[in-house]
This record gives sequence, structure tokens and C-alpha cells, in this order.
Amino acid sequence: MSVAPRTPPAKRDWSWRSQAFRGLLYQIIAVVIIGGVAWWLATNTAENMRVRGIKSGFDFLTQPAGFDIGESLSKFDSNDPYWKAFLIGVSNTLRVAILGIILTTILGTLIGVGRFSRNGLVRGLCQAYVELFRNVPVLLQLLMWYLLFTEFLPDVTEAKRIGDIYLSKGGITFPKPIWETGHLFGVAGLLAGCVVAWFYRRWARSKFEATGQVRSMFWVPVAIVFALGVLGWLVGGAPSQFAVPAKGEFAVEGGGALTPEFMAVLLGLTLYTAAFVAEVVRSGISSVARGQSEAAQALGLSKGQEMQQVLLPQALRVIIPPMTNQFLNLTKNSSLAVAIGYPDVVSISNTALNQTGRAVECIALIMLVYLTTSLLTSFFMNWYNAKSAIKER
Amino acid sequence: MNEATDNIIVFDKVNKWYGNNFHVLRDINLNVRRGERIVVCGPSGSGKSTLIRCINRLEEHQEGHLIVDGTELTDDVKAIDKIRKEVGMVFQQFNLFPHLTVLENLTLSPMYVGKMPKKEAEEKAMTQLKRVRIAEQAGKYPLQLSGGQQQRVAIARALCLTPKIMLFDEPTSALDPEMIKEVLDVMVEMANQGITMICVTHEMGFAKAVADRVIFMDQGQIVEQNTPHEFFNNPQTDRSKDFLSKILGH
Amino acid sequence: MAETIIFQSLPARPAPVNTEGLVPWVKNNLFANWQSTLTTLIVGGLLLFYIPQFINWAVLTATTVPNADACRAEGVGACWGVITEKYRLIIFGRYPFEEQWRPLVATILMVALLVMSCTRMFWKKWLVAVWIVVLAAFFILMYGGMFGLTEVQTDRWGGLPLTIMLATLSIVLCFPIAICVALGRRSNLPAIRTFCTIYVELIRGVPLISVLFMASFMFPLFMPAGVTIDVLIRVLVGVTLFAAAYMAEVIRGGLQAMPKGQAEAAASLGLSYWQTQFKIILPQALAMVVPGIMNNFIGLFKDTSLVYIVSLYELTGSLGLALNSDADWRPYKLEGYLFIVAIYFAFCFAMSRYSLWIEKQVNKSKLR
Ligand SMILES: Nc1ncnc2c1ncn2[C@@H]1O[C@H](COP(=O)(O)OP(=O)(O)OP(=O)(O)O)[C@@H](O)[C@H]1O
Ligand SMILES: [Mg+2]
Repeated sequence: MSVAPRTPPAKRDWSWRSQAFRGLLYQIIAVVIIGGVAWWLATNTAENMRVRGIKSGFDFLTQPAGFDIGESLSKFDSNDPYWKAFLIGVSNTLRVAILGIILTTILGTLIGVGRFSRNGLVRGLCQAYVELFRNVPVLLQLLMWYLLFTEFLPDVTEAKRIGDIYLSKGGITFPKPIWETGHLFGVAGLLAGCVVAWFYRRWARSKFEATGQVRSMFWVPVAIVFALGVLGWLVGGAPSQFAVPAKGEFAVEGGGALTPEFMAVLLGLTLYTAAFVAEVVRSGISSVARGQSEAAQALGLSKGQEMQQVLLPQALRVIIPPMTNQFLNLTKNSSLAVAIGYPDVVSISNTALNQTGRAVECIALIMLVYLTTSLLTSFFMNWYNAKSAIKER
Repeated sequence: MNEATDNIIVFDKVNKWYGNNFHVLRDINLNVRRGERIVVCGPSGSGKSTLIRCINRLEEHQEGHLIVDGTELTDDVKAIDKIRKEVGMVFQQFNLFPHLTVLENLTLSPMYVGKMPKKEAEEKAMTQLKRVRIAEQAGKYPLQLSGGQQQRVAIARALCLTPKIMLFDEPTSALDPEMIKEVLDVMVEMANQGITMICVTHEMGFAKAVADRVIFMDQGQIVEQNTPHEFFNNPQTDRSKDFLSKILGH
Repeated sequence: MAETIIFQSLPARPAPVNTEGLVPWVKNNLFANWQSTLTTLIVGGLLLFYIPQFINWAVLTATTVPNADACRAEGVGACWGVITEKYRLIIFGRYPFEEQWRPLVATILMVALLVMSCTRMFWKKWLVAVWIVVLAAFFILMYGGMFGLTEVQTDRWGGLPLTIMLATLSIVLCFPIAICVALGRRSNLPAIRTFCTIYVELIRGVPLISVLFMASFMFPLFMPAGVTIDVLIRVLVGVTLFAAAYMAEVIRGGLQAMPKGQAEAAASLGLSYWQTQFKIILPQALAMVVPGIMNNFIGLFKDTSLVYIVSLYELTGSLGLALNSDADWRPYKLEGYLFIVAIYFAFCFAMSRYSLWIEKQVNKSKLR
């Protein structure tokens, strides 16, 4: 006796006590409450702004800002509009965040790996670093670096000179290559080096798979990129003009310069976040089970192969998500720049807020910038995690 | 002299300590002939794992001489590399690499250690997988397999370097009875093909069927060694009698 | 049958080469090979060079006399006099000088409460009552206006009491919100799940400072005309909402780690959704994430330093208050910073050790 297959009954039970009905009811209640609160806040705000005569809208963005910005990648003066000031703020935030991320990754990884050093002194120092830097608020660290740079360095007129580098309360000034068309060849050489290196790696890989001969997959490509870069630079006529700073009457002039604000923010964020990155790296490496290392050894893999083929791929999976989190934290913490006057997006918005009184708009702009960064990153992370998850049943 | 070349593994008064005061291996003397199949048994903590892990130098000994296939194991990195190519090992917890597919697990060592072209390594891997009867799982990841299948992959992986010696550390004790059989079947088959085998196990059926010699350890010493028949029917020492009565008692 | 041989065990003897104790440790960890030896020499040399200099500055040539002239003298290192002179201003901010015993007692009570809450012995029902009593006592002491204590407005609160209060209150207040949001994110009702997800992602996507700006600039606009809310409360609300999003994620992690069988077993016993969550799931999930909660608390404790940017005088702010307007002492701000660094470090380090310890406990109970 067999029962013919059939589709389930289409109609749901919508009675008063059904789960479906209850679920819908709860959701409606939630929407009503949240919508109600939002509406109440919005009407209050509108009323308050009307009473206090606060205008609203983003029209102020096209008006002249009326303030100067201490440092920016492009020229800015007080007649330029607010929107341009915002963009400069965003670029300053990104500048410090990207540089900070690069430096913190290098430092944090070194310290994290250092905790597995065979040398007891190195292990101890790395641990001391982590404990010290992560247990003190980052704001305090920024303020301290800023204090050091602005109080304990000599005045600009007596700038300390190390070679062609000048250190003073005004920041650090250093020789900077003067851009010439010849440099273009160097850049082209670097790009060509990357392409060649990529082909080399492909070739080395297929050679390895075909014959089992191992070739360096790291140092040779690095050498190729470097060599072609130098070659391009030579072909371009080896331009080696530097703008060398010189001590003037009141200031050090010429060359490239970093302000003390920028250095304090960069150093503070990097040192603080590196402590967390080091912990991430350490726990990532120690999360790979002991047996994995033993099995690799029993198969006769060398220390390097064991690291590269077995330990790192597994550790990276554990490391990358919290690492991204730390990068986001660093980016968000760069907002503390406002405390020492580095013109990032928060401090420019803050100035704009105080001048125009458009609190809602300015704060919304700040949030928008950070939200975009965070959401983009977490979309990327989700994609990466889904892609690299270890397959279990 | 002839005898010396015939012994693929020679333990000569080997002593090992964990820390200063924990004496795990005490005066171990043991010669293993080429092609011999040895089962090691003994109570928990008696040093069986330590003994076989010394053979591919996952553990180092502090006193005495240990010679594997004519090479003495010292701190010499070259010697260790050579030995590890010749000795395959199967762990209790499988220790497969979860981020690589079954096939990649198998080809890793032939390609990187054996410098074998990928194609050849893959062919060899497939042969070994067929031998352990799971060729159809080659593309899967280890954690998608059952315990018994994982252990058979681990055996195949160890076989891929064509080792002269195979070490097994309780290969079946993390498995269900049904899976134990499928793993033991593979091991019996291997044993019949003449590879030197040292196996820590409490599977007495396996010992009776394939072992040339049973070694009984206690407190870091070899208490008794004998043919399986003799050992099971006529144990010589009080310790082995006691042990046998416990594991065969029910 | 042959006679049974009695097995005679060889006596254990100590290893021929010593592997324990100081000398082998030094050999293995400092001079194992030439690379290690070189590292030891370089790193050790640098340490030997700088540490004495630091000690010289911080201790040997330092002065603790609360006199700026003594600090300016030739050859004087650290000027701890700035601390002896200003420590009450730094620790208690602008709280009226004669009444500063009140924040002192209040803070001691609060810290004692926190230590108690971290001790398993006291994890009983009556701890909740103790919390209520202590919090009430804290506010009565701080605000006054009762029992013959003079009233002290919140704008004069500052320093360490403010730091501890902000961190403690917001972590306690954020708990109920966080639990609801965490449950909401796992709910199978799409509208509720969406709201909770948006809330968490929104808050975690923006820096705390923007939330604080909101609390201090926008919050007044949100309220009906005529209603003003104290800035301290506004900031507290902001910090709480901020902390709740992070806490919700920690709790959700615990919920996710719970095996499905627990909820199924509870359902099969006829428990309702809320009974299942509160009696079965949450107790286990929360116990699992205590280390995560603890780490959140440490983060929050450090983050309270940000309220200085919206003009509340917690430790960092009160240091500025104490020194910025005093030309005599201003040059010794570094010493002042080091003082509050030490305070923060002491608290955070103690808490992180506790967190490590509790993590071990949790892992132990998992093994069982
Ligand atoms: N790395 C180590 N450090 C210190 N002691 C160890 C270490 N590894 C093993 N031991 C100890 O050495 C003794 C022998 O261990 P071994 O693993 O060789 O025993 P075993 O005979 O294999 O036992 P089992 O049947 O339980 O696997 C045990 O008492 C164990 O606790
Ligand atoms: Mg064992």
C-alpha cells in the first residue's frame, strides 16, 4: 500500500492562537513602537529647531567655510566651500588610517610572532609591550605623544638636525624627491616588475608541479620588482633631485614635512592597535592544533614548508576576521584626532557644527563616512569567511 | 655483522626523560628486522607512544643509541630529514590537514619532500586511496568523512612517500567498532605486503593475525617480547599475565 | 608450563643532563644558538642602557616636594611634586574640596561592589540587593541634599569617581538591552531581526565619539520643548546604547555556541520561548561568555576617557583642569599623565588578569 506524494496544504492557520498570527502580531507591535518613537523624536526635533530658529538642510555645504585647515593633500583656503573641507577631512582620516593599518600590521605581527621566540628576553619584552599598551586608553596615549612632540622637542628656530632631517616642535622635516618625468619610468618599471613577477610565479608553480623543483616564490619576485623599478628609474635618466629642507630665519623651509599632530595620531594609533594585533596573531598561531605540526614533521616537511603549507593557512583563517576588526577599530579611533587638533573628518565636522549650528547634518556626515567604511569591510569579510571556511559536514 | 644490516631499527640502551625526574624510557634494547611486524602493548602511560615517537624523532632520547635504517638519530638535521622520509606514521587522532582536500593531503609530502611532479604525485595518491578503498572521496575535505574513512586517508597519506617503516599509534582507539574493522582490514593487507610495521594497539585479534612479535611494556621498560602465540597462551611474567587477564577478561 | 618470572622494575633515575632549574633555562632561552645569543646581547644591552636612565629619572633624581621651584632646579629628574600638589584635583575633579571624602567613600564602595561581583562566593540572589543599596548610597553620597549632606550638582562631579561610575552604570544598564537585542537577532520574526541587526551594525559602524556628540548636541533637540536633561545622564545614555551593541554581539556568540539540543529538550518539556531562553539557554550562554563580557568592560572603562571631549571632567579631563591654567605646574604635565596612566593601567591590568583566570575556569567546566 503506498501513499501518493502530495504538496502540503497551502493555507496557513491564522487563528488567534496560531504561531503565525502571534509572530505577525509581535512584529506589528515592534514596528509601531519603534516607528512611534522615531516619529516623536522627529517632531520634537522639528519643533525645537523651529523655536530656536535653526535652519536645516545640507545647503550650507556650498557656502565658504571661513576657516583654514592646518594640513591637507590639496590646497585649501578659507573661501573654499564646506564640502571641500569635508573631503579634505575624509582624506586626512583615510591617510592616517591606511598608514596606521600598514604599520600596525607589521609591528603587531612581529610582536605576536615574537611571543613564540626561542629567546626568553624577546618573549618577555613582547608580552610586556602588549600588556602596557593595551591597558592604557588610546586617547591618553595620543595626548602623551602630542605632549612629547610639542613640549619636549626644541623650538622651530633651534630645530634638531640629523643629517638632512630636522626635528622640532613644528614637526619633522625631511628631504623629498622632486617629481620629474623621469620618475614615471621608475613607476612603469615597478608596474612591469609586478607583471613579470606574477608570470614568474605562475611559471615557477607549473614547473614545480611538473618536475617537483622548488623555486623561491617570494624572494625572486621581490627581486624582480625591485630590479625592474631601478632599471626604469635609470632609463628615465636617474632623476635624483631632492628638495632638501634648510633652516630659515623662523622656520625650516622646503622638503617634505609631517606635523606633530599627524605624527602623534599615527604613532598613538599604531602602537595601541599593534598590541591587539599581536594578541590576534598569537592566538591564531596557537589555535592550530599541536597534532598538525607533528603530522607535518612526520611527513618530513621542513620547518619552512610546515609553516607555509600547514600552519599559516589554518592560522590565517582564525587571524583575519579579528584582524579586520582591529583595522576598523583603528579607523574609528582615528576620530580621537579631534582631541589634539589633527584635521580629520570629525574635527572638521565639529568645527563646521560650531560655526553653522547644523548639528544633525554634521553628525550625520561623520556617521555616514564611518558607516560606509565599516559596512564595506564587513561585506568583504562575510564574503571572505564564506569562501575560506573549512568544510565540515 | 650480517645481523646488523638486517636490523632496520636498533635501540641500544635507550633512555628518555621528560623534564629532570620523569624517566619514561628505561634501558630500551630492541632490534627490529626488515619486514618484521611488531605489536606493542601495555598499560596506559607505560611509554608506548613515546617509544615509537622516538623512531621518527618526534621525541628525542637522552641516552643510548637509536639507529634507524643505518642512520643514527642525533640532533643532525640531515639525518632527521632522511629518517622522516623513510618512516610513515599514523596517529590516534588522524591529524589530517583540515584545510586541504583528501587528495591534497596525500600529495603534499610527495611534492614538497619527494620533489615529485604533481601529476605523478596525484596518480600515486589515487593508487594509495584505491588501496585503502576510498578513491571516490578524493575531492572531499577531511572533516566531511567518517572517522574510519579519515583514518584510512591518514594511512594512505603515510604510504605516499613509500616508507620503509610504518608506525601506528593506536590507530583504531578513536573509532567505533564497525570502523575499527575497516581500518584493521587495510592494515592486515599492508602487513601481508611485507612492509616493516610497528603498531601500538590493544586489538589482540590483529596481533594474533599478523604480528611476528608482541612487545609488552610497563613503566618505561620492555617487560616481555615473544611470538603472539607464546605471549597470549603462555605469558612469562606476572605483569603480562595480569595485563592479559584484564584485557581478555571480558 | 614454565615458571612465571616476577617482573622487577628498574628504578627510575634522574636525567643525566640537568634540564630544569635556572642554568638550563638560561642556556635554552638566552644562549641556545648563536642567533639567540646575539639577540640576547643586543636586546639585553639596550635594556641595560635605558632602564637605569629611566630609574634615574623616575626615582633617583626625582623630587616629590610640592614646590615648582624645587622641580626647576638643576639636575632634578621627574617632578612628582605636581602629583603631591594636585592629586586631589586630579582624582576628584571640581568636586568641592571639603566634601571630597564623599566621592572617596562612594568610590571605595563601588570598587568593593565590583570586586564582590567578581567573586564566585558572592554569586547569590542577594547580590542584586547589594547592588541596589550600593548604587543608591553612591548617588546619595555624590549628590547629597539628604541626611545633612550639601547638594553637589553633577557638573562638579569628576575624576576617578566619574570614570568608575560611567563604566559600571553603563555596563549594568546595557545588559537588559543587549540580551533583548541578542535574542532579537536570532529571532525568526523578520521585522524584529532586521531592527536588531540594523541597531547593532549601525552602532558598531560608528566611533563612540560620534555617539557622544549626538548625546551632547542632538539629544537636547530630541526632547519636547521645556524638558532639559542633565549632560551626565545624556552621556550615560549614549555610552549605554553604544556598549549595548557590542555586548549584544558577545551574548549572541554565546547563544550561537549553545547546542541546538538544549532548546529542543526544553521545548519537548513544554517550556515556552521565554522560559526556554531565561531558564535554560541564557544561564549557560552567559556563563560561557563571561570573559568576553569582562573584555567589553575593560574596553568601556578605557573608553570613558572620551567623555573628556564633550567636556566632562573624568580623569583625563580633570588633569587638564588641574594643570592647563597653572603656569607653574604646566611644564610637568608628563608626570601628571604618567600618574593617570598608572591608575588606568592598575585597573585594566587587574581586570584583564581576572578575565584570563575566569576564562580558564570556563574552559575547565567545558571539559567536564
Ligand atoms: N610531553 C610530555 N611531557 C611530560 N610527560 C609526558 C609527555 N608526554 C607523555 N608524558 C608522560 O609519559 C608517560 C608515557 O606516555 P606515553 O604517551 O608514551 O604513554 P602510552 O603508553 O602511549 O599511554 P596510552 O596508552 O595512554 O597512550 C605518561 O605518564 C605521560 O604522562
Ligand atoms: Mg599513547
